Amino acid sequence: MASNKKYWKSVEELDENSSVVKKLRDNEFVEELPIDEFLGDKESLEKSSTTRRDFLKYVGFTTAAASLAACEGPVVKSIPYVVAPEEIVPGVANYYASTMADGFDFANVLVKTREGRPIKIERNELSVNNGSVNARVQASVLSLYDKNRLMSPLIDGAETSWDDFDAAMAQKMNEMGGKDIVLLTQTFASPSTSNLIKDFIAKYPNVRHVVYDTVSSSEALDAFQNKYGTRALPQYDFSKAEVIVSVGADLLGDWQGGGHSASYGKGRIPKNGKMSRHIQFESNMTLSGGNADKRVLATPSQQMQVLKALTGGGSTSGLPEKLQDAVAKAKAQLRKAGNKGVIITGLPDVQAQAMALNANASSVVMDATKPKLTRKGNSAEVKRVMDGVISGSIKGLITVGVDPVYSFPNNEAFAEAYKNLDMSLAFSMKQDATASLAQMVAATPHYLESWGDIQMQKGSFSLMQPTIRPLFNTRQFQDCLLKWTGNSKNYYDYIKETWNTSILGGSSWNQALHDGFIVTDAEVPTEDATAIEDGMAMESSTNNGALSTTAQNGGFELTLYTKTSMGDGQQANNPWLQEMPDPITRTSWDNYIAMSAADAEDMGLVNKHVSNGALNGSYVNVTLGDVTVEKVPVIIQPGQAKGSVGLALGFGKTAAIQEEMQTGVNAYPLYQDFKSIQNVQLEKASGMHEFACVQLQNTMAGRSNDIIKETTLEIFNTREKGYYNADPVTDYDHNPISVREENADIWQSFDDSIGPHFNLSIDLNACTGCGACVIACHAENNVPVVGKEEVRKFRDMHWLRIDRYYSSADSFEQEIEDLETLPAFETYEKVELPSQENPEVAFQPVMCQHCNHAPCETVCPVAATSHGRQGQNQMAYNRCVGTRYCANNCPYKVRRFNWFLYNENDEFDYHMNNDLGRMVLNPDVVVRSRGVMEKCSMCIQITQKTILDAKRDGRKIKDGEFHTACSRACDTGAMVFGDINDKDAEIVKKKNDDRMYHLLEAVGTKPNVLYQMKVKNTSES
Amino acid sequence: MKKVKYRNLSSFLSFLLLALLLTVSTSVSAQDEAAPDEAAATESAGGDVAAGEDLFKANCAACHKLDRKATGPALRGVADKYDRDWLHSWIKDSQAMVKAGDPQAVKIFEEYNGAVMQSFPQLSDIDIDNILAYTSQPKTEPQVAQTAAGGAQGTGDGGGGVTNDIVLGALALVFLLLVVMLFLVTNTLKRIATAQGVEYPEKEKRTPIWKAFVQNQFLVLVTTIVLLLGAGYFAFGYMMQIGVDEGYAPVQPIHYSHKIHAGDNGIDCNYCHSSARRSKHSGIPSLNVCMNCHKNIAEVAPETATEEYSKEFYDGEISKLYDAVGWDVEEQAYTGEEKPVKWVRIHNLPDLAYFNHSQHVTVAGIACQECHGPVEEFEIMKQHAPLTMGWCIECHRETNVKMESNEYYDKIHEQLAQKYGVEKVTVAQMGGIECGKCHY
Repeated sequence: MASNKKYWKSVEELDENSSVVKKLRDNEFVEELPIDEFLGDKESLEKSSTTRRDFLKYVGFTTAAASLAACEGPVVKSIPYVVAPEEIVPGVANYYASTMADGFDFANVLVKTREGRPIKIERNELSVNNGSVNARVQASVLSLYDKNRLMSPLIDGAETSWDDFDAAMAQKMNEMGGKDIVLLTQTFASPSTSNLIKDFIAKYPNVRHVVYDTVSSSEALDAFQNKYGTRALPQYDFSKAEVIVSVGADLLGDWQGGGHSASYGKGRIPKNGKMSRHIQFESNMTLSGGNADKRVLATPSQQMQVLKALTGGGSTSGLPEKLQDAVAKAKAQLRKAGNKGVIITGLPDVQAQAMALNANASSVVMDATKPKLTRKGNSAEVKRVMDGVISGSIKGLITVGVDPVYSFPNNEAFAEAYKNLDMSLAFSMKQDATASLAQMVAATPHYLESWGDIQMQKGSFSLMQPTIRPLFNTRQFQDCLLKWTGNSKNYYDYIKETWNTSILGGSSWNQALHDGFIVTDAEVPTEDATAIEDGMAMESSTNNGALSTTAQNGGFELTLYTKTSMGDGQQANNPWLQEMPDPITRTSWDNYIAMSAADAEDMGLVNKHVSNGALNGSYVNVTLGDVTVEKVPVIIQPGQAKGSVGLALGFGKTAAIQEEMQTGVNAYPLYQDFKSIQNVQLEKASGMHEFACVQLQNTMAGRSNDIIKETTLEIFNTREKGYYNADPVTDYDHNPISVREENADIWQSFDDSIGPHFNLSIDLNACTGCGACVIACHAENNVPVVGKEEVRKFRDMHWLRIDRYYSSADSFEQEIEDLETLPAFETYEKVELPSQENPEVAFQPVMCQHCNHAPCETVCPVAATSHGRQGQNQMAYNRCVGTRYCANNCPYKVRRFNWFLYNENDEFDYHMNNDLGRMVLNPDVVVRSRGVMEKCSMCIQITQKTILDAKRDGRKIKDGEFHTACSRACDTGAMVFGDINDKDAEIVKKKNDDRMYHLLEAVGTKPNVLYQMKVKNTSES
Repeated sequence: MKKVKYRNLSSFLSFLLLALLLTVSTSVSAQDEAAPDEAAATESAGGDVAAGEDLFKANCAACHKLDRKATGPALRGVADKYDRDWLHSWIKDSQAMVKAGDPQAVKIFEEYNGAVMQSFPQLSDIDIDNILAYTSQPKTEPQVAQTAAGGAQGTGDGGGGVTNDIVLGALALVFLLLVVMLFLVTNTLKRIATAQGVEYPEKEKRTPIWKAFVQNQFLVLVTTIVLLLGAGYFAFGYMMQIGVDEGYAPVQPIHYSHKIHAGDNGIDCNYCHSSARRSKHSGIPSLNVCMNCHKNIAEVAPETATEEYSKEFYDGEISKLYDAVGWDVEEQAYTGEEKPVKWVRIHNLPDLAYFNHSQHVTVAGIACQECHGPVEEFEIMKQHAPLTMGWCIECHRETNVKMESNEYYDKIHEQLAQKYGVEKVTVAQMGGIECGKCHY
């Protein structure tokens, strides 16, 4: 039954005579393939001795050789010292007390060094009231290893030697004889430096010294000087306060030099039924507002009236009713608190500051006898310098530690004039905006490479000592002055002499150096270079920005502020700080206009989530007079007062900043007259900005009883624990039982009773959300920086984050009620979206909870994560294969996955990608590679070291010896770490405290991290 | 005839080989005769050289060398330079002479930067004469050095190894020849047989064994499995030794002999590796530690030299140290020119493992040799242990924690002993094999 059907591929085949068919039958291709074209000249091809087979042999051989060679370990060289320094033992950390003083942040610090490299900044626990070791101070160690630093002095942009530089300087100063030269410096607060500057001015009388604080506290200084005679700022001890009323003062931020959180935190922990009551009147949402018991919205212009009403007999008429009521109540509470009440203000107005000072005159909270000396600048005088340079009356400018070309409000006009100065000399660590235009640039060392003395507070003297040899060919300002005034001493000897003659008074220099500071009654003349002149105070108070005029039509009251991460912008090239999310908006790598939802709606501005889950926002142009700052992204900020906007200073730097870190916009052009409050016009601009915001779920959706428990002081004092802090309940035999009972558990417990068992307690009352712990964790654990694009994809690597929640209703209490009472389909609208009006705010640091019954451990297919007997959930990176099951199964979302190789990878060109930056790495903690999961280890390297030290000494471990990077960084006392098997330990008290609860306890994970629930002092009378 | 020719050839060859063999072995044994001809101690003018040598080593050698400046001048031939009585009084109390203003004494005192020479009132005149006799010995060029100089080049094996190889090679050749001859003989016999018409019985054609094997599927399967398992076993073994550098003994920039230092001279490990007691690193000693002793030890004793390494070789290595640390032997001073030594690291733990020496050395009191092997016998340092995780864990499972008289362990020991019902507790029972204890 064979078929005779014929199959054909083309019609051509049917023609038997076709030449094509014949050809195709004989040859594979009809035409000869143009091999020559791609194999080149036939002759040369034939000449080539490499045949295809040879080629394959070569490939085979090289592959085999390469794979064999890969099995050979590399040869590692070890180079010991030729002559070892006595104090260095490889592998053992040395600690040195020093002091940071960059003109913005002042703090006593402890510097941890390994093999002569500073690797971490810690709090100097001996020190009281001497600045706060905040996130920026913690991160300052990375700025030491900034590869964009100046490596030698420059003359006209060319590198030169210090000898030539000195000669050029002497010549220049002679040429400039008689002409007006201004020495524009940061605040040094340094007894020795002020003496040196005096010597310098004595030698060159045409030089005058002007102190310029990039972010000014001039009005507060004026008010204090008018009242008390010294140019200083009052010292506050908020732990003594019963009532704190703040009118536009971000006391937990950088208000008046910062450093208030420690005493504030102490007063917030309820003790004997008492805690402070904090009322905050403000327009921007700040950390202080978020932590306050009562936050009242008031635009800057209203704040002035509020302050007047609170301090004197000012009337509140014209203010909104709610505000009037709040003012009346606050006033009554202040009166009741008597000398334990305090009122503070951040308004840039001498009169306002004076009112607050007067009101506090009898308060025990404020101390005017030992004032702070960390701010000195006088805005009026700085403005005269700026105008003088622009007008040409000032011929020479020497800048030290400040960058006026970047930070002056009229920076464009100033830059032009600066270029034409007869003499311009910049002392700078980097070729910043000023230094890149200066004729001469003196490269200065980082504070970790310098000597110095600082009087932060009257009667409290600190020492700065180098902890590493200068990395580059730098010389500090003071050594230059010594050289230029013909003094042959070096600055170290000079300081020692100053101290021996006027400060130490018989006590030991070595002891002072060891402690980092000394408290004495010694009177040291301070650098009153800008002694107040008649009328100057008036001048500065008449020009009041937004304070004098109410917002005009379409105008907004702008409050300029400094971010926890960036400050005045000196450390803009620090990737840790860039990547640190803002505590309020949770947005990193940016600054933005914060605006109320109502205003945004009016202007047609939006924030929206795009398809990958990230946040985008509209742009606006901000205009003030003839200055316009273009394309500023907008974030809709719940709790922003209507008619007001906020914008952070310190961003938008471009000079000597790596491209990735040239983020945000420069807001200094809006800082007219160095006042933080301005009246601006906003105008919508085209385009959408891409934010790197790490938290888009802004509410707890009515589940705050599982996440952040909260109650009022009244209930806490009067009711039983079961009422305000009930254990979560589960069913057993159809009866409700507490999840803490044994029957509620399906797992067998580990025996953790032998040896230490670590617990970490976090007191939500004392935690202000400042983020110092976030950076401390970064530094201790070699946490990588991933960059804006990756953060936008929620691939940030922070082991420790500080969640911020807004209430969806006016309060969290209302939110819970809404969830229970509203119909099911309306709850999304209600409880999932934050209230835009004036929500309650809560902060919660979250790291790995180190569950005793950890869900992550049970799902790991390779047992890379396991439970340790000391309570730590351990993660073996080298065992991890990257399935990410553990992250999926973690209810706290604290596990972080290395999506890429973040070290030695040009795609992530941050500190781990250059030799200099890698010097900051902690040698005791491994740097993770691509494809592995990582998370908080509860600083097991530190706890193990504490144990080993005790074993080696053959002694018991005392309570307080155990710590983690975060618990040591916390200056409010919110974090307590310890061993619960030590019955007398503080942590045991915390564990048995009535306020103690666990995060998502109903899940049954039995975490080793405890939280102390938040108690708010809501009493209105 | 051909056959005869072959037979002759083979016997001729075997004779030749035998002769060769004999000549080689005799020439080798001849080498053993080079016995050092130690010069007998000669009586020198007015003193006992042997007693002098002992005294010199006990009293003078710390500051004086015979042929080289040290803290004090070189002493060979000193008796010819100075008056003997002057020498006697100088040795007994040099400072008195300096104070008295003896011009010769003052000159020497000043030449050596005011270094005070210790007084030796306990030495009798005879003792001093003995010492002087020793210092007046003419310098002998040790013969050992010359013969061993070649050895220092590192050719390694002595002549014995070479002969063995040759003997074996020759035997193998003889064996090969025998096989060839046998083959030739059978060939010849066969040819003779065919020539004489002897018929061989036809062999029955059988299936070749390989074909039978291929046809038997069961056998093929079993063999494949066995082969695969075998290959897997060896591949696994090979993979497991990747990165395990047991026995790794790289060539170091300075030939440092642990045998001489820790073995012959009994220097405690912790003297040089001092940070092992308090740090995670045992630490490669910095060169100033070497100079604590080597300031005075510029050369090794002749008896330190071995067949393999000559005295010149060792002295050369010491001078490498001087070069690195910038020590001028002539001037007895540092020049300030430092050239740090780039040692090749032998024990390379990966970054992911945390190891702390002080934990093991100080707390546990484990001898260095437990992990590093008999270092005091190592001429060249090498990695003794595999340093694998299995090796660590095995020890942690077996080793008891040293808890006695350590207050830290008091409570823990009590609780653990109760829990496990034992008096001794192993590291593993203490939690010493938890992942996070070493990996973080």
